[in-house]
Amino acid sequence: MAYLSGENITAAYDYSVPILNDCSVEVNKGELAVIVGPNGAGKSTVMKVLLGMLKQSKGSVMLEGKDISKLSVQKRITLGLAFVPQTDNVFPTMTVEENLEMGAFLRTDDISKTMEEVYELFPILYERSNQLVGQLSGGQRQQAAFGRAMMTKPTVMLLDEPTAGVSPIVMDEIFGNILRLKKSGRAVLMVEQNAKQALTIADKGYVLVSGSNEHTGTGKELIADPVVRKSFLGG
Amino acid sequence: MNQYKARLFISFSMMILLLLLVGFFQSWALCLTIVNLCLISAIMALGVNIQWGYAGLFNVGIMGFAALGGMSVVLISKNSVPEALQAGGLKMFIALFILAATVAAAVYLHKKFQRKSLVILTILIGYFITRYFYSDASQSIESVNPALTGYLGGLGLPVLFSWIAGGFLAAAAAWLIGKITLGLRTDYLAIATLGISEIILAVIKNEDWMVRGVKNVTSIPRPVPYEIDLQQTAWFQDMIAKFYSKSLDILPVADQAAALKDYISEASILMVKLSYTGLFTSVLLLLIILATLALNSPWGRMIRAIRDNETAASAMGKDITKRHLQIFVIGSAIVGVAGAMLVTYDGQFTPGSYIPLRFTFLIWVMVIVGGSGNNLGSVIGGFVIWFLWIMAEPVGFWLADLSTSFLNSENFFRQHLLEHAQYIRLIFMGLVLLLVMRFSPDGILPETNKKL
Amino acid sequence: MPWFTDILNAVVLMCNFMIVPALSYGSQLALGALAVTLVYSVLRFANFAQGDTMAFATVVTILSTWVLQNSGISFGFMPTAILAMPIAVIACLAYVLLIDKFVYEYYRNQNSKPITIVMASVGVMFITGGIVRFVLGPSHQIFSDGARFIITTREFKEMTGLSEGLAIKTSQFLTVTIAIMLVGFVFYFLQKTKTGKAMRAYSDNENLALLSGIDPAKVVRVTWILVAVLTTIAGVLYGLDKGFMAISYHQLLLPTFAAVIVGGIGSPIGAIVGGFVISFSELTMTYAYKKFLIYLLPEALEPSGLVQFLSTEYKFAISFVILVIVLLLRPTGIFKGKVI
Ligand SMILES: Nc1ncnc2c1ncn2[C@@H]1O[C@H](COP(=O)(O)OP(=O)(O)O)[C@@H](O)[C@H]1O
Ligand SMILES: [Mg+2]
Repeated sequence: MAYLSGENITAAYDYSVPILNDCSVEVNKGELAVIVGPNGAGKSTVMKVLLGMLKQSKGSVMLEGKDISKLSVQKRITLGLAFVPQTDNVFPTMTVEENLEMGAFLRTDDISKTMEEVYELFPILYERSNQLVGQLSGGQRQQAAFGRAMMTKPTVMLLDEPTAGVSPIVMDEIFGNILRLKKSGRAVLMVEQNAKQALTIADKGYVLVSGSNEHTGTGKELIADPVVRKSFLGG
Repeated sequence: MNQYKARLFISFSMMILLLLLVGFFQSWALCLTIVNLCLISAIMALGVNIQWGYAGLFNVGIMGFAALGGMSVVLISKNSVPEALQAGGLKMFIALFILAATVAAAVYLHKKFQRKSLVILTILIGYFITRYFYSDASQSIESVNPALTGYLGGLGLPVLFSWIAGGFLAAAAAWLIGKITLGLRTDYLAIATLGISEIILAVIKNEDWMVRGVKNVTSIPRPVPYEIDLQQTAWFQDMIAKFYSKSLDILPVADQAAALKDYISEASILMVKLSYTGLFTSVLLLLIILATLALNSPWGRMIRAIRDNETAASAMGKDITKRHLQIFVIGSAIVGVAGAMLVTYDGQFTPGSYIPLRFTFLIWVMVIVGGSGNNLGSVIGGFVIWFLWIMAEPVGFWLADLSTSFLNSENFFRQHLLEHAQYIRLIFMGLVLLLVMRFSPDGILPETNKKL
Repeated sequence: MPWFTDILNAVVLMCNFMIVPALSYGSQLALGALAVTLVYSVLRFANFAQGDTMAFATVVTILSTWVLQNSGISFGFMPTAILAMPIAVIACLAYVLLIDKFVYEYYRNQNSKPITIVMASVGVMFITGGIVRFVLGPSHQIFSDGARFIITTREFKEMTGLSEGLAIKTSQFLTVTIAIMLVGFVFYFLQKTKTGKAMRAYSDNENLALLSGIDPAKVVRVTWILVAVLTTIAGVLYGLDKGFMAISYHQLLLPTFAAVIVGGIGSPIGAIVGGFVISFSELTMTYAYKKFLIYLLPEALEPSGLVQFLSTEYKFAISFVILVIVLLLRPTGIFKGKVI
């Protein structure tokens, strides 16, 4: 049984047609799972359902074997889920440190240890801790976004297209950061446009098409699969 | 659609019924006065509806545009004051010319050289020269028979021209505001219109040389006959005599002449009001026809496409700001026309009577209650709200009186309530607006062609 | 050294008629503008009801002041109204929370366009204006008591021997001191406290604030508390300084908005600076420099007119012109607020 799993999820926005159809994903601690698929396939929607930002009409979300489908977003965050949205994932007019503090908003215990850990993981944030996040470069801003999400001491990190719109060098840097997150023992579930690179470092991969699991397997298997290669990885 | 037709039919017939009731039970003169003001309100509401309903532009300065229309009535229809023109006309003309030239030069220099210092210098020099001619001119003009004139007067043209002129004047002000704020945040337009309307009123009230300021301008020429003239016209006398022949016949011969005279004077009042009703109705119909044609033209479809989805429309390369500017200018022009009509109907221009409550807020309530985006909705909204507004005053007073009738008449609370009963109307109208926005945002007549 | 006393006299004259009044009016505007900017950045609409809400709070203060005065309570040399202010803050808070609950909350939950909420606020503006006039009428009311002056012109003249005097009204002194303390508190709150930071976070990025566990209902409530405090104090200080009249409070809306936009909409520091930019511009443009120049210029050059750029009736025009200049040249305002 996986640490976090979405099982047979069907979900829709408002009353429109379901965006997700019987879709399942799962991720374990110390593991990196990647969801790839064409634009509009419903990848971000999976994340929203896992977090409780969108209610599924069928299926369930399980954490450590417990059904958390009915819990609010905030409750799920206190249980260890953390989310880095695809866009607008920082507070641009606040300093790096304030961003981290806001990440820990719900915590009542001492947060300085966690902050130190984040700074250790992302030393550049420590250097810039009093700078406004809006003034940082794209890669640094992404690190601040990770850092903010880590402040709840999450056991699962959900990352939505963390490398969207950054240069290849920064992309490598970000993938490096993600591997570090995974090595620190967290479960990482990530949506990624750069499917090939992402699957190369992934333990597990899902190819999502029109809201359904089209292919599932380890990263290596998927890269090796000629069908996947042809339709999703550009040959 | 059928349900819409039913709503249309019911709302208009209810309105007509109410007005008829006023005619039967109070007086026909009152009924016609209400109808005429309803018609003017409907036209103003139409103008605002074009801005809000077609394009989502929020104009909080309706009062200013209406006042510009009103001012144009004075400027067009009153006779000029030759002594004043003699005294300061030329200097005032020079002052205005230099002012215009300064603005033009500043804009030109700004565009051409982008040097702020140069622009500021030009403005300062222009300001001082203007100021030099202006102070002198305004003083001389205002000192010419201040009790009666003290202003330049107007062009002495037929008053109906002023309706067109009022439209143009309001359009010009709207163009200026729109040019500056459209394309920026949507609430900037609201703030800027609020500002311009306060400034327009401040100018009208303080520049006595222009339209006499708070000293008011009275006896504005009419586009319709005067009661006295009607009473002495043979065909009118005959018509009334014929109309009342039955009731006159049963009177003793000695009383007949006096009774006929009463009938004639009463009828002349109604006749004048009816002529206004005819004029106002024609303008309203003309505007509705034009607005409907425009809305269903390719231009109108583009306007609605922009309103429904600005992002998509701009992606398709539509110049949203330019369309919004057109809409804003057209809507304000209509408000200006209505403002001119109102002053014509009142026969006097009294800047002190322009208060935001009556001219901005009430019109808004009309648009929202009538159904934003629907031109007939604005018409019914104009009628219903004006009617309520007129009726709410006595009703508010009556309620205040009734609810405190157990208190003795010297009681502080009772006196206060009676004295301040008029403000209940304000609160009431505000509540109507909020309640309709919240619970029936479509208003009485919902927009019919909401989606393209 | 007559030329030296002339210069001193000119400076004192300038302080008395321009700088002191501008400082006090600027503080009043700044507090109102700060309230507008807070509502703007957290609730995301331009609050047209600000001026009339200020009037509402002032009316409560005036009524409470009367009650206090009738029971023989006074506050020494300070106006009794200062004692009444806490009551007014509570009443104003109750009022804005009620309005929020019945008007704005709905549109917030509907994710309505900002302009719809602006329109609702115009409705609130008229209702509030109606209540204010219903309770106290449209006329001018003076409710300041206590010592009128900290220093009078006569005292100043005797002290310095100059022919010009500098008067400082108690209300002006109170305005500036209270404004400084209040602004200091608001900034401390926003920058240093957890709730204040949560407010800024919410204003920055609503979705992410939710994801971080910030409770939007609480942020909204705290915002209204700050707004009620700022609005009441701004209204009372303005009223102590210039007297209460419903219409003049309503008309404060334009300079207040101008201050907000000049400073940069959504920027608290901008609102403060904007308030002073507007007040100083208003006073420099409407001040008659005649006497000032007489002191400074040789006799031959003495001006004959008032030497006034604009008559005081056009003070709205000044706010408006500044607004237009800012919109044309730098729509984000001095402190780079939000443009779209
Ligand atoms: N808030 C929303 N309301 C309605 N439909 C949405 C919303 N967000 C996304 N969608 C729709 O759901 C589908 C999947 O979106 P998304 O999960 O963002 O795709 P992906 O992240 O795979 O590109 C798209 O067709 C999109 O239009
Ligand atoms: Mg996505």
